[in-house]
Amino acid sequence: MKNFIAKTIQDMPPSGIRRFFDVAATMKDVVSLGTGEPDFATPWHIREEAIYTLERRRTTYGANAGMVELRREIARYMSKYGLSYDAETQVMVSVGASEDIDVAMRALLNPGDEVLLVEPCFVAYKPCVVMAGGVPVTIPTGAENGFRVTAADIEARLTPKTKAVLLSYPCNPTGAILERSELEAVAAVLRERDLVVISDEIYSELTYGDAPHVSIASFPGMAEKTIVINGFSKAFAMTGWRLGFVCGPADLIAAMVKIHQYVLMCAPIIAQYAGIEALRSGAPSVEAMRKEYDGRRRFMLKELREMGIDCFEAKGAFYLFPSIKQFGLSSEDFCDRLLHEARLAVVPGTAFGDSGEGHVRCCYAYSIDNIKEALSRLRNFIQKI
Amino acid sequence: MRKDILSLLERDAKLTPGEIAVLLGLEETAVREEIEALEREQIICGYGAFVNRDRAGSDDLTALIEVRVTPSRGQGFNHIAERIGRFDEVRAVYLMSGGYDLAVLIEGKSIKDISYFVSDKLSALDSILSTATHFVMKRYKDHGVMFDDADGGDERMIVSP
Repeated sequence: MKNFIAKTIQDMPPSGIRRFFDVAATMKDVVSLGTGEPDFATPWHIREEAIYTLERRRTTYGANAGMVELRREIARYMSKYGLSYDAETQVMVSVGASEDIDVAMRALLNPGDEVLLVEPCFVAYKPCVVMAGGVPVTIPTGAENGFRVTAADIEARLTPKTKAVLLSYPCNPTGAILERSELEAVAAVLRERDLVVISDEIYSELTYGDAPHVSIASFPGMAEKTIVINGFSKAFAMTGWRLGFVCGPADLIAAMVKIHQYVLMCAPIIAQYAGIEALRSGAPSVEAMRKEYDGRRRFMLKELREMGIDCFEAKGAFYLFPSIKQFGLSSEDFCDRLLHEARLAVVPGTAFGDSGEGHVRCCYAYSIDNIKEALSRLRNFIQKI
Repeated sequence: MRKDILSLLERDAKLTPGEIAVLLGLEETAVREEIEALEREQIICGYGAFVNRDRAGSDDLTALIEVRVTPSRGQGFNHIAERIGRFDEVRAVYLMSGGYDLAVLIEGKSIKDISYFVSDKLSALDSILSTATHFVMKRYKDHGVMFDDADGGDERMIVSP
């Protein structure tokens, strides 16, 4: 029988995480450090606002680009990063940062256009570039560099075909951040180039160093060429609400809204009302969760190092990305055996790109008790292999 | 540092100074010394467990008694509040703003126990003008902890991107 599936999709490998999940889901007594979302429930005042929204029968479609009220709150919120956007023309509300990536690629790319991606990175970047007809050009990073991309790494890969550079700090899966000076150097390389910077800052609230998050769009001359992606999932523990946003130059946002309106019409209206409440009065909840993650981050890092596992100190998101090279197994084999022999789920680094080989992603968005149990399983496992 | 240590211990008194030090990014000795100081200064007055009494199958009763009193000269409400607080069955005494003066939280084995305390001990004290006793029928949240909390579980997928 004829294969009806499009060539692009046939050739696209399924997510490495998906495969791993399918196995883990069938097993009993599994302890996990494999999630990519907060363990906290959405703060009650935000949930309460959504309930109220339903009670008032606000269950209709909304404006394609998102409720103006929400877009105004988003513009106001972005000013904390030194960014200034016009709510009416430079902000779009989406169904999450993943949609933003997809829509940005489709809005920008002509066949054959190149997009620079820093690996290891979020699983959806490469497929989104490919589905939009673009060519992903990966820049590997490693632990020796703290998984930071440098201006030189980027410059070396720029070609006349480079349409966009996708940056994602704080980074999923490595937890890496870029310091202001490093980001400034990257901006200096990109400023005069004819290209667009896509900056996925979904973890912007979750940094643990002394300095707060810096957006590349905040440097002179960069806002004009940068699409900033953010959302509610990580900071406000709202993953299931499917609510994100994107800010950028008006012409690019208008192009993205054009795609968004045909595909999604609008983000869920109930989530949008909840989003307004989150931005207006959610800051203390965000800070309380950030503090919790920070404690767990330090706890997990110390425990990993004490059992002799090499791990660089990640200062963002809620992941550690320890090296398992000393055990002589590939990331996949290590994770498979860890799952089957110790009933502990972590994610192989290779799920996030080839340069993730030799690493595993451990999430610390779990209670301390869960982390303790997980690490004790890990300790027993590495003593046996 | 004090505030952070207290907020951790208020939720989990079983944390060791070593664990607290890691969670807060401090030195263990510094944490140990700070906790000792907090105990010495009676800022930390004791350690206990949050018990869901309904689930523990306890039949003990709790009542909140609103008490109106005549303040004594030179002592205000302190003298009478301390006297009430000395009874073992009294769990808490607060001076309140509003319609009454002291809120007294009391525990007893039965209604009889509590009635006896109110009529024979409390009302018999000088300067007590009136009392109004309210029995606790069910506890939903105590010490900041929700009992039977629907938020308690982990509904997340084992692995996600």
